[in-house]
Amino acid sequence: MSYVTKSPWIIHYDGSSCNGCDIEVLACLTPMYDAERFGIINTGNPKHADIFLVTGSVNEQNISVVKQIYEQMPEPKIVVAVGICATSGGIFRECYNVKGGVDTVIPVDVYVPGCAARPEAIIDGIVKGLDVLAEKHANMPKSSVSASDAAEEKVKDEDMAIEVRYYGKTAEELDEDIADERVSDAQSVKYYSSSDKDADDSGDKNNGKEEV
Amino acid sequence: MEFDFTATAALSALAYLVIGPFVGGLLAGVDRKITAKMQGRYGPPILQPFYDVRKLLEKEAVTVNKGQDFYVMSCLIFMIITGVLFFAGENLLLVIFTLTTATIFLVIAAYSSNSPYAQIGAERELLQIMSYEPMVLLMAVGLYMVNHSFYVKDIIHSEAFSLFPLGGIFVGYLFILTVKFRKSPFDLSMSHHAHQELVKGVTTEFSGRTLAALEVSHWYENVFLLGFLFLFFANGTWYMAVVGVVACLLAYFVEILIDNAYARMKWQFTLKSAWFMTITFGGVNLMLLYFFKMFGIL
Ligand code: SF4
Repeated sequence: MSYVTKSPWIIHYDGSSCNGCDIEVLACLTPMYDAERFGIINTGNPKHADIFLVTGSVNEQNISVVKQIYEQMPEPKIVVAVGICATSGGIFRECYNVKGGVDTVIPVDVYVPGCAARPEAIIDGIVKGLDVLAEKHANMPKSSVSASDAAEEKVKDEDMAIEVRYYGKTAEELDEDIADERVSDAQSVKYYSSSDKDADDSGDKNNGKEEV
Repeated sequence: MEFDFTATAALSALAYLVIGPFVGGLLAGVDRKITAKMQGRYGPPILQPFYDVRKLLEKEAVTVNKGQDFYVMSCLIFMIITGVLFFAGENLLLVIFTLTTATIFLVIAAYSSNSPYAQIGAERELLQIMSYEPMVLLMAVGLYMVNHSFYVKDIIHSEAFSLFPLGGIFVGYLFILTVKFRKSPFDLSMSHHAHQELVKGVTTEFSGRTLAALEVSHWYENVFLLGFLFLFFANGTWYMAVVGVVACLLAYFVEILIDNAYARMKWQFTLKSAWFMTITFGGVNLMLLYFFKMFGIL
């Protein structure tokens, strides 16, 4: 058995989160949840870390930061996206400066949806990620990683992605739900505005009804 | 200086070489467990430090430059030599200077990377050396005055019970032990706890194998430092040996307690307080010892 799974050291980076998920990440270390009983340590140093925990979406300003932290971590390493923002951009998805989820910049291995992700879910996500970590260690080339190996690794990363479900829904389903909600919100606004128009102008009445 | 390697000396040196890291690792594991309990947490398994080191050995080797690995390995080797010399019963002064050499190699390793965190860590490590070194030297002098020898084997077997005439020096040594164990409030250059202003201080740029070597050298060092403490109790009888071991464990517990009760202090405080303790406890102790000897009381 590989020892990488027995002592997962973490580096936590806050992309552009609202700080909700960060508080939950810190809550994992409190006596209530005590992540250290799994050997999990929040190192704060990419060179010591095995797991890259990202909260919040990636924005145009911190793309290079996220990439740099990822590149400084020695193999084997995994990335855990915590919260719906890190998973897909979440509520900030359509902001002018937001690029999207973490997987738009670096390969993500585990998605932990939720807003904010609960400490239980975060610990669960990390523990699930340990399997990926063990697999990566097994596939690790003995010599230092070359560029082509790194490219292969990236492909593998995407194959092995694990999803933590949030109320039985995957991140994609949640995303669709949110999108649906947005559409229905937009529709209701439209309906409201068209009914406003109804009162004003009887000539457009038929057109408005047809649209809906 | 003749190297007199008798069978027992060789055996205890070998025992240190083989069992030393296991004892050190276990102590580190117990430390983390007790720390967790003090904070109302469950804590990691006792064997966690071994898992950590095994994992670090499995990681990809990333070094900033070629020299760094050499310096860290030298640190480990000199740390081992320090303990081997000590447990073989050799000269205390030689042991102390070898220990300093090992620490200096760590400082050079940290300096060799261009990381500002590691470099500030290295500077603080130098200040730490400056704060504890006088006390360690005074201790060697005190042990010499009581036991009439710098050789560890003579000190261990001498009839004189060092703790009473050297009470002040013992207190001073306990104080600087906090610095040596890298415990709060004096863990300026590097601490085992996460999230500090200096990232990981001297160890910031080390990863994988290099970090593992450093961790193991830290285990060796801790065992050796507790051995130093043991010298105060040894007088050649078995029951005092038991008392000595118990005292070492007790001292280790007190260090953990201090670690959890204090926040990190500034280097100015570390230096001033360490020297204050050295002069008031160590210096005055030696002075009294000198007068007692002059008047033939001791
Ligand atoms: S998922 Fe929710 S709590 Fe987490 S960063 Fe995004 S908005 Fe904040």
